[in-house]
Amino acid sequence: MTVGLVIVSHSQRLAEGVAEFAGQMARGEVTIIAAGGTDTGELGTSMAKVQRALEAADSGDGVLALIDLGSALLTVSMAIEQLSEERRARVRLSGGPLVEGAFVAAVEASVGSDLAQVAATADDAATMDKGVSDQ
Amino acid sequence: MAVESAAMLAWLQRSASRLHEQRTYLTDLDAAIGDADHGANMDRGFTAVMAKLQAEGAPADVGAILKTVGATLVSTVGGASGPLYGTAFLRAGMALAGKTALEPGDIEEGLQAALEGIKARGKAQRGEKTMIDALEPAVQAYSAALASGQDAKAALAAAADAAEEGMRATIPLLATKGRASYLGERSVGHQDPGATSCALLLRAAADES
Repeated sequence: MTVGLVIVSHSQRLAEGVAEFAGQMARGEVTIIAAGGTDTGELGTSMAKVQRALEAADSGDGVLALIDLGSALLTVSMAIEQLSEERRARVRLSGGPLVEGAFVAAVEASVGSDLAQVAATADDAATMDKGVSDQ
Repeated sequence: MAVESAAMLAWLQRSASRLHEQRTYLTDLDAAIGDADHGANMDRGFTAVMAKLQAEGAPADVGAILKTVGATLVSTVGGASGPLYGTAFLRAGMALAGKTALEPGDIEEGLQAALEGIKARGKAQRGEKTMIDALEPAVQAYSAALASGQDAKAALAAAADAAEEGMRATIPLLATKGRASYLGERSVGHQDPGATSCALLLRAAADES
């Protein structure tokens, strides 16, 4: 099994797009669940939706949640508090960038790395070199 | 007179109606310094709260009603106000669990729990241009009124007055929390929408109809 990812954004389409983009690198070996938008699909975040995603992405090896900003942090923090103590111990909240963080975390998880390693890789994405200075 | 389930529901209904009436005003305040959704978000959240309480029937346990409100808001409001007001109502509900009638001191305990919940969730303090700028002075005014021998009705009126004063006092403040903090100096000169909805809820509690 591998570490699962949950993508939390105010926009349902953004979360789905990030999950799609990161999933391409994981070759189906990583569970990546989008939890964007409100329950009715509007811009915003939903604790119930995030909580369901955190539970669904957890295969026993843990879950890394990536967020955009603002209320996403409050919503995910609250959703994590609602989990059983056992599940809660296997969830990490990433401060890494949403797109790049999800991308490298998916790769890291797909090779079977543990949660701490996947989380560290997502954090490092904040300073990843995209090669812009070489152009 | 103690506050029972029916009075609690009447307050929530009054709040829901006023949030609906004021949704454009709240959203306009938010458009100036945020993401222009506060009115629509609060209206959606409280509409869902009333639908849930009507569908399930409100329990006599006032703490349970407050917990239902909190649990509904966190998944329907959408913005930061969802987890913030949600935490406030959940904490108040936990503080008042099992009570079917609230004495004036119980209301004080509930308000205090709500304030502490919002501060913990938002990691914010008074003076940062948030709902705390309305709620904290309101809780202090309520406590002071009770301590001076006033009844719950007078104390709630004092709380609503203090909340509105705190709300207006957010206008010159620089936002350091929430979406408005990204705007820096541009946030100065605008009344905080969260403090405004907070004052609205407290005024609805003070008004009997």
